[in-house]
Amino acid sequence: MRIALIALAFLAACGEVWNDPYPASERGQNIYYASFAERPKHLDPVQSYTEDEAIFTQQVYEPLLQYHYLKRPYELIPLTAVEVPKPKVIDGGKLTVYEIRIKPGIRYQPHPAFVEENLALDRRDIDKLKSPYELALGTRELTADDYVYQVKRLAHPRLHSPILGLMSEYIVGLDRFAKSMRQQKAEGWLDLRQFPLEGVERVDAHTLRITLKGSYPQFVYWLAMPFFSPVPWEAEKFFAQPGMAEKNFTLDWWPVGTAAYMLTENNPNSRMVLERNPNFRGEPYPSEGEPGDRAAGLLADAGKTMPFVDKVVFSREKESIPYWNKFLQGYYDSSGIGSDQFDQAVRVSIEGDAAVTPEMEEKGIRLSTSVETSIGYLAFNWEDPLVGGGSERSRKLRQAISIAIDVEEQISIFANGRGIPAQGPIAPGIFGYREGREGINPVVYDWVDGKPVRKSVEAARKLLAEAGYPSGREAKTGRPLVLYLDTVARGPGDKSAFDWYRRQFEKLGVQLEIRATDWNRFQEKIRKGSTQLFRLGWNADYPDPENFLFLLYGPQSRAKSQGENTANYSNREYDALFERMKNMENSPERQRIIDRMVEIVREDAPWVWGLYPKKYSLRHSWLSNDKPNAMARNNMKYQRIDVARREALRAQWNRPVVWPAALLLLVLAVSAIPAWASYRRKERMAARAA
Amino acid sequence: MLAYIVRRALYAIPILVGVNIITFALFFLVNTPDDMARMQLGTKRVTPEAIEKWKAERGLDKPLFVNRGAVGWEKLTDTVFFQKSIRLFAFDFGFAEDQRDIANEIRTRMWPSLALALPVFALGLLVNITFAMILAFFRATYLDFWGVTLCVAMMSVSGLFYIIGGQYLFSKVWHLFPISGFIGGGSAGKFVFLPVVIGVVGGFGASARLYRTLFLEEMSRDYVRTARAKGLGEAVVLFRHVLRNALIPILTGVVVVIPSLFLGSLISESFFGIPGLGSYTIDAIQAQDFAVVRAMVFIGSVLYIVGLLLTDISYTVVDPRIRLE
Amino acid sequence: MPFLPVFLPTDVLFWFLIAGVAGYAAYCLRRPHLALPWRRVFRSGVALACAVILAVFTLAALLDSVHFRPRLPAEGSGGPAYSAEVLSLLDLALSGIRGKNERTYSAPLATRLYAKEVVEVREGPDAGKQVREYPRLRYGGAHLASEQDWVGDVFARVGAGLVAACVAAALLGLAVRRLRRRAPDVPWKAGGAALLALLVLALPIAFLAPYYHVLGTDKVGQDVLYLALKSVRVSLIIGTLTTLVLLPIAIALGLMAGYFRGWVDDAIQYVYTTLNSIPGVLLIAAFVLMLQVFLERHSEWFYTAAERADARLLVLCVVLGITSWTGLARLLRGEALKLSQLDFVQAAHAFGVPDRRILSRHLLPNVAHIVIISVVMDFSGLVLAEAVLSYVGVGVDPATTSFGTMINAARLEMGREPIVWWSLAAAFVFMFVLVLAANLFADAVRDGFDPRVRVGGAPA
Repeated sequence: MRIALIALAFLAACGEVWNDPYPASERGQNIYYASFAERPKHLDPVQSYTEDEAIFTQQVYEPLLQYHYLKRPYELIPLTAVEVPKPKVIDGGKLTVYEIRIKPGIRYQPHPAFVEENLALDRRDIDKLKSPYELALGTRELTADDYVYQVKRLAHPRLHSPILGLMSEYIVGLDRFAKSMRQQKAEGWLDLRQFPLEGVERVDAHTLRITLKGSYPQFVYWLAMPFFSPVPWEAEKFFAQPGMAEKNFTLDWWPVGTAAYMLTENNPNSRMVLERNPNFRGEPYPSEGEPGDRAAGLLADAGKTMPFVDKVVFSREKESIPYWNKFLQGYYDSSGIGSDQFDQAVRVSIEGDAAVTPEMEEKGIRLSTSVETSIGYLAFNWEDPLVGGGSERSRKLRQAISIAIDVEEQISIFANGRGIPAQGPIAPGIFGYREGREGINPVVYDWVDGKPVRKSVEAARKLLAEAGYPSGREAKTGRPLVLYLDTVARGPGDKSAFDWYRRQFEKLGVQLEIRATDWNRFQEKIRKGSTQLFRLGWNADYPDPENFLFLLYGPQSRAKSQGENTANYSNREYDALFERMKNMENSPERQRIIDRMVEIVREDAPWVWGLYPKKYSLRHSWLSNDKPNAMARNNMKYQRIDVARREALRAQWNRPVVWPAALLLLVLAVSAIPAWASYRRKERMAARAA
Repeated sequence: MLAYIVRRALYAIPILVGVNIITFALFFLVNTPDDMARMQLGTKRVTPEAIEKWKAERGLDKPLFVNRGAVGWEKLTDTVFFQKSIRLFAFDFGFAEDQRDIANEIRTRMWPSLALALPVFALGLLVNITFAMILAFFRATYLDFWGVTLCVAMMSVSGLFYIIGGQYLFSKVWHLFPISGFIGGGSAGKFVFLPVVIGVVGGFGASARLYRTLFLEEMSRDYVRTARAKGLGEAVVLFRHVLRNALIPILTGVVVVIPSLFLGSLISESFFGIPGLGSYTIDAIQAQDFAVVRAMVFIGSVLYIVGLLLTDISYTVVDPRIRLE
Repeated sequence: MPFLPVFLPTDVLFWFLIAGVAGYAAYCLRRPHLALPWRRVFRSGVALACAVILAVFTLAALLDSVHFRPRLPAEGSGGPAYSAEVLSLLDLALSGIRGKNERTYSAPLATRLYAKEVVEVREGPDAGKQVREYPRLRYGGAHLASEQDWVGDVFARVGAGLVAACVAAALLGLAVRRLRRRAPDVPWKAGGAALLALLVLALPIAFLAPYYHVLGTDKVGQDVLYLALKSVRVSLIIGTLTTLVLLPIAIALGLMAGYFRGWVDDAIQYVYTTLNSIPGVLLIAAFVLMLQVFLERHSEWFYTAAERADARLLVLCVVLGITSWTGLARLLRGEALKLSQLDFVQAAHAFGVPDRRILSRHLLPNVAHIVIISVVMDFSGLVLAEAVLSYVGVGVDPATTSFGTMINAARLEMGREPIVWWSLAAAFVFMFVLVLAANLFADAVRDGFDPRVRVGGAPA
C-alpha cells in the first residue's frame, strides 16, 4: 500500500496531466499526432499498395502527379512534373507516348546513401548502428533517371510489384524486360541502370519518355501513385550492403524520398515518426477549392509555403476504444468514428445533415464528411446453378433478394447512416455516376415524391414466386429454399450482422445459412467459385469508371482467370461495351455506353448493390486545413496545428480524479484494522496464557 | 551437478524436435504455402506467377516432409521442414514474412514484456504470500473465513472483467493513467502501473488461497507444535519457522515460470497496447506469419525446459538432502 | 411429426455424461464406502446450496440440449418440410422473450430505444411532423397505454412474482421439514434457502420478461436475458465435455507411466513434457485453427448452421482436452508410482494377476478420488478459459451465443457514451454465479474426499 501511495505521489509530481501517452519532452512542440492500426508490410513504393502503407509512403515519396487537395471531382495536378502530361498517339494509334518534364532543383531528403563512403561500410560498423541516420548524411538533385530506375524496379527479380502484370500489358518492352530479369540470380545489389527498358527512356536529366502499347487514358492516374515515385539507385546500393537487412535497414522500411517529410523513427510495433525534410523545396498551399471551402477556412493559408507541421508522430492503436478515448482526451488530433461512438459524436438532423453533438461542440470538435470512392456489395456467384446464370428464373430470384435486403436499414444500424445505398457499380464523384431520378436502379427502387423508395417486400415475394419459389418454398417439392452466404468472421461485432442478414431473407421465407470463415478460406472459396452469396468491397485505384466496371467484365472472372470479377459475371453485350468504353476519353458518348452497361447489370443483378460508404472524420479545434480526400494520402503537408490551444485544452480535459483511488486505498487501510485488533488480542491472550 | 545439467540439456533436444514437428505439422495443415503467399501479397491484383515467385524465394516450393524427387539423404534434407527447422537450433530465426529480422524484433520487444511481467510476478508473489500468511495466522476466525471468501470470489471473476473495468475506471473516467501505449525508459512506469495492478489482482484469488493451504499444512507439523510448546509467540513461530518452510514449495513451484516471463502476457499486452512479445505472438497468429509463430513456440519451449532445470536446481538449494544425479 | 429431432453431437455427449453421473450416483448409493465421501461433501451447507444452483444451471443446459427443427406449414405438393432453423426446448420455454427483437439497444426494463431515430409525431398539434427522438420499443412495455403507468406496472408484476415466490417458499418449507426428518445430517435448510433465493429472483423476472426486456437488448435488439440463458449451455458443455475427453487419456497414460516405468514412463513423460512446453494458447490456437479448416473443407457434412457451430464447439472441447490432460496425468503418475510399491499391488503382481487387471482393479479405484477432485476443480477454469479464447479469436463459433462472445461484444459497448453496461453486467453476473458455485462446490468435494490433494487450474 505504501508503494502505491508513493507511486501516486510520484505520478502527481509528473505534472498536472497524468495520462499523457507521449514523452514529456514532446510537450509544446509543433507535432501532429496520428495513429495507425495495422503494421505496414511494405514501405517500398514498388510493393506498397494498401492504405495502411500509403499514409507513410505518400508523405515521403513524390510521384510525378498528385490529386488536388481541395477540388472535387478529383483533379490531377503536377507534383514533381512540370505539367500533367498529354498523350501523343504515334504509329497510327499503335503506340502512345508520354513525355514528362520534371521540375529542376528538387533535392532528396538528407540520407546516408548520398555519401560516397557509406556505400562501402564495414559490417561491424553496420552492426553498431541504431538508425541509418546516425551516419553522415548527404543529398542530390532529383533526375529523370530516378523515375526510370523505379519503373525498372517493378520487374526486379526479388521484389513483388502488384502492378507488374497490368503494366506489362501497356509499357512497351516491360514484359520482355521482366523475363530477362528473372534470369538474374546474383545476390546483393542488382544495378538496373545497365539494363535498358525500351518503353521508358531518359531524354535528358529532367525529361523522361514513356511509351505505351495502344491507348490507355487511365495511365496518368497511375502516375499519381507511389509506384511511380523516384528511387535513387544509391539507396538500393546502400541498403544492399551485407548486415543491413539483419538490422531491418532496407528500402522496405526506410523510404528515401523528396517529399515534405522523412521517416526518422521506425518501430512498426508502436511508433513511426515523420520529420520535416530540411531539403524540401516548399510547395504553396492551394489557393482554389470547392465552393464552401473558403467559408470552412480551408483557404486561409492559400499561397503559404507548406509544410506547416514539424513532425508527425504515428502511434500504433490496434483497438478502437483506446483510440477513441485518446482522441477525446486530445491526444490524437483527428479521428474517424466507429459505429459504437457515433451517437456520442454525431447528431443527424431530420434532413439527414450531420453535425457534432453539443458535447462535442463544446469541446470545439468539428466534423467533415465525404463519400468514399468505394463500394460494398453482396455478390451472387454467376457459376452457381441456383442463384447464378442468365436464366429468367435465377434473375428473378436475384432481383427479389436485392429488394428484400434493406440496405437503408443496414446503413442506419451498422453504419449510423454513414453511407449511400448504391444504385449501381459506379460510386459518386466518378464520371458515369448519375444522380437523382435517372440515377436510380428501377429494379429495386421507385421514384416517389422526389426520392428513391425501395420496392415493397410484396413485390419481392411476387418475383420470388415467379422464379418458382412461392413463400420461399420450391414450388414442386415444398422444400424450403436455403441459401448460403459466405463471409469473413472478423470479431465480436459479426454476430449481430449475421442475425440481421438472416432476418432479411426471412422476410421472403428464404432461409439463409451463414458460413463465416477466415480470410484465406474465404478467398479460396471465391477463387474456386464454390460460393453462392458472399460479401466484398472494392476501393478504387483511381477516379475512373473503368476501375469499377471492370469488376464485372467477363474475362476478369476470378474463378476462370484469377481476375477481379469475383462474381464471375459474364454478359456478352456488357463485355463488348466495356472494351469500347475502356479506352475512351470522358465524353457524352462514353456516358451513353456506361448508362447502357449499368442498365444491363441492374437487370441481371449479379450484385446486391450495397452501399457507397461515407467517411466521417472529426478534428479538434486546434487542427486546421483538414479535408478528407479519398484519393490523395499525402495530406500531412497541408495540416496546421495551434499548439498553444492544444496544450491548454488537454490540460483542461485531463484533470486527474484522485479521490476514488484515495478512497480505495483508505478502504484497504480500514479493512486492515480488524486484523490488527485481532492480532493484538491474540498476543495478549498468548501472554496471559504464558 | 554439471553432468546433470549437461544431461538435461541433451534431453531437451528430442523435446525441441518434437515441439518443432508439432508446430510445423499444425501450421502447415492449416496454411498451405499458397495461403501464406496470398496473405502477404495482399488482395488486389495478385497473379499466380507472383505467388510461385514468392514461394520459391522463401524455399516454400519444396515438399513439406519427404522429397521423393531427391536422392539419398536429400530426401529428408531438401524439404521445407528440414530447411526451416535446422537453423532454429542455432537460434537463427531468420526473417518474418514482412522481411524484418525476428531476432532483432525479439530483442527490442523483450523489454516491454519484462517491464510488465516481472513486476506482476514479483509483486504478485509478495502480496499473495503476505495475504496467505495473514489468513493462516488468523486461521479459523471470521477474518480467515472472509479472506478465503474474498479469494474464491476474486478467482471466480474472469480476468477480462478486471481489465475492462480497470481500464474504464482508472484511465477513462478518472484520467489517472494513459489508456494504452508504451514508452521505454523512465516513463514506462505510468504505462505499466495499471496493467501490473490488474495483473496482480487477477492472479490474487487462486494463489493466495493455495498458499494459505500450504501454510496451514506446514503449521500442522510436529515441529511447529514443539515450538509453540516451548512458549514461543504465535508471530515468532509463524515468521521464524513456518514461513521459511512453507516458502520451499511456493518458490520451487513458481521457479518454472520465471524464464517464461520473457514471453509476456498475451491478453494484457494487447489490451494496453504494450509492444511486447505477447502482442507480437498474437499479431503473428492473426497474420499467419509462420516464421514468427515457430520462433516464439521454440523460444517458449526452451524457456520452459530451462524453467524445469531451475526447479530441480532450486530443490537442491533449499534442501541439501536432495542431490541431482 | 410436427418436428424433426436433431441430434447434435454435443447434445448426445452431454446427455450421456449426465446419465453417467446419475448411474454413478446410483452405484455409490448402494455402496457405503463410496457414498461416504459424498455424504461428507453434502454435510456442508455451502456445498448443498451450490449444488442446487449448479443443478438449476444444468437443467437450463439440458433443456437447451434437446434440439429439433419445427415443421413448416404445408405448401406445394411435396412431403413435409422442416425449417432450417434448429430450436431447443429452452427456446420453446423462452418463446415469450425469444424473437421479440427490438431495432437496437434498449436499457433494462426500458420502454424506449437507447438511440435516437427520426419518428413521425402521431398526436397533438405537431402531428405529421418528423422529429428525432427515442422511439417506443416494439415489444418492451408495448402493452402500456401510457408510459406513466410504467412504475405501477413494473411494481405490480414484481409484486406478483414475489407473492408466487412466497407460495413456493411455503411449499419448500414443508418439503425441507420432510427431508430433515428422513436425513437429519444433511443441511436441507441451506439447499432450501438457495432454491428460495433463486425463486425470489427468477419469479419476478418471469412475470416481467414477457412484457419487458428485463436485462435490456443488444446491438441488434435481441433480449440479453435470453442470450445469457443460452450461454449457460456452452459454458457447461465446455466445462464438462472437455473433462470427458481428457479423462481417458490422462488416466490411461498417467497410470501406465507410474506402473510400468522404464521406457513406457520415458515415452509418456516425453509426450507430456513436449506438449507442456509449448505455450498453451499457441497450442490451442493452432489446434483450433487446424480443425476449423478441416471443418470448412467438409462443410457439406453440415446441413444447418447449428450443426456447424456445434461441431466447432466439440472441436474446442477436444482441443482443450488434448492440451490439458498433462497436469492430471502427472498427478496420477506420481500416485501410481507410490501405489505400485505397496504390498497389495506387489502381492497381486506376485500372484501373476495380469497387468491390465491390476491397473483397473487395484490402481484405478485408489486414484478415483484424485480424478473426481480434479474434474470438479477444472470445471471453473475451463469456463473462464472459454472467455479468453473467444477474445483471442479461437473460441466458439462467432454465431454461437456464449459468455465469451458476449464479453467480447460488450467490450465495444463500453466505448459508447452513454455506456451500454447491461450486456457486460449480465455476462458478469451469470458467469460469476456459475463459477463461484462451481468453485465452492469443488472445495467441498476436495474436503470431503481428500483435503491434501492439490490440483491446479486449467490452462488459460
